[in-house]
Amino acid sequence: MCTDCGCGTDSVTIDGHRHHVHDPHISDGRKVRIEVDILAKNDEYAARNRGFFAGRGILALNLVSSPGSGKTTLLTRTVDDLKSSVSVAVIEGDQQTANDAERIRATGVPAVQINTGKGCHLDAHMVGHALERLAPQTDSLLFIENVGNLVCPAEFDLGEAAKVAILSVTEGEDKPIKYPDMFHAADVMLLNKIDLLPYLDFDVEKCLGYALRVNPDIQIIPISATRGDGLDDWYRWIAGRRAGLKRTKEV
Amino acid sequence: MHEMSLCEGILRVIEEEAEAQSYHRVKTVWLEVGALAGVEVEALRFGFDVVMKDSIAKGARLAIIEVPGQAWCMLCMKTVAIAQRFDPCPECGGFQLQVTGGEEMRIKELEVE
Repeated sequence: MCTDCGCGTDSVTIDGHRHHVHDPHISDGRKVRIEVDILAKNDEYAARNRGFFAGRGILALNLVSSPGSGKTTLLTRTVDDLKSSVSVAVIEGDQQTANDAERIRATGVPAVQINTGKGCHLDAHMVGHALERLAPQTDSLLFIENVGNLVCPAEFDLGEAAKVAILSVTEGEDKPIKYPDMFHAADVMLLNKIDLLPYLDFDVEKCLGYALRVNPDIQIIPISATRGDGLDDWYRWIAGRRAGLKRTKEV
Repeated sequence: MHEMSLCEGILRVIEEEAEAQSYHRVKTVWLEVGALAGVEVEALRFGFDVVMKDSIAKGARLAIIEVPGQAWCMLCMKTVAIAQRFDPCPECGGFQLQVTGGEEMRIKELEVE
């Protein structure tokens, strides 16, 4: 809006009304160049978190999905299955309640809950503070369960090694192309609840095709967090990434 | 998406730069927004006015510089224009595209006093 008279930026020009100019390139004020990325602040914190993880050999995974995809069920199962072989810690993001962190703590591993209040995503600054409280061990595995939302968390780097997108077959098979940013940003997609496929009209091939369309490099692992299908493949994927970390550390 | 928090990010940058570049009022903000940045410009404008209300950028004008989406097609071996992330290559119809431009969201310039 024009601050001289309150007319809009692309309002019509009326004869006789010429006391100011709307062209963005003609004005009296001084100009300063900025060239700053708006997410730069978040990226700074993310870089700090990434340094924290790298220095301690921690594999950090950012779990993203819609609400109700079975993220927390998958996480409790994964933690239960892996905690005897690797030290695991969890950061839980939700708008309200500490229910999820309590579910994780019930498995016996440390968890910190972040409540974002009005916020729709976790940011790197919040995660940095959670890390101070959580103090994850060297060479451990850290899961960050983001707020259930397929839009905003795609834009906010937390310093993680990879984003893991979870899509359940009770959702639409076209979600990867409806929310392309998220599936583009993810390294792996877990297609969850496949034990329910016999009761649903969900076209798996179509869904995989859509995911590969927005991200030709995405790895897809069909799983059932309740029945256990595909979880070995998921654990192998995690082990592969942890081995990759070790190699980089040694080099 | 979270246009409101993006506007808060813009304000943070403006306030941080105010001392270094010695200005006390911002009249115009030029913002580069890529076609693939996932930003809804109308929501951004709305959030902008609200967030700037009690700041040194009160009433400032938001000028958007649109940056077109660009991708490298691995089959055609060249740069092509795309409007959305999941668009096929306009030349070969394939989906083997790596986005190379149009994801930015940066403050370019300010008009200040």
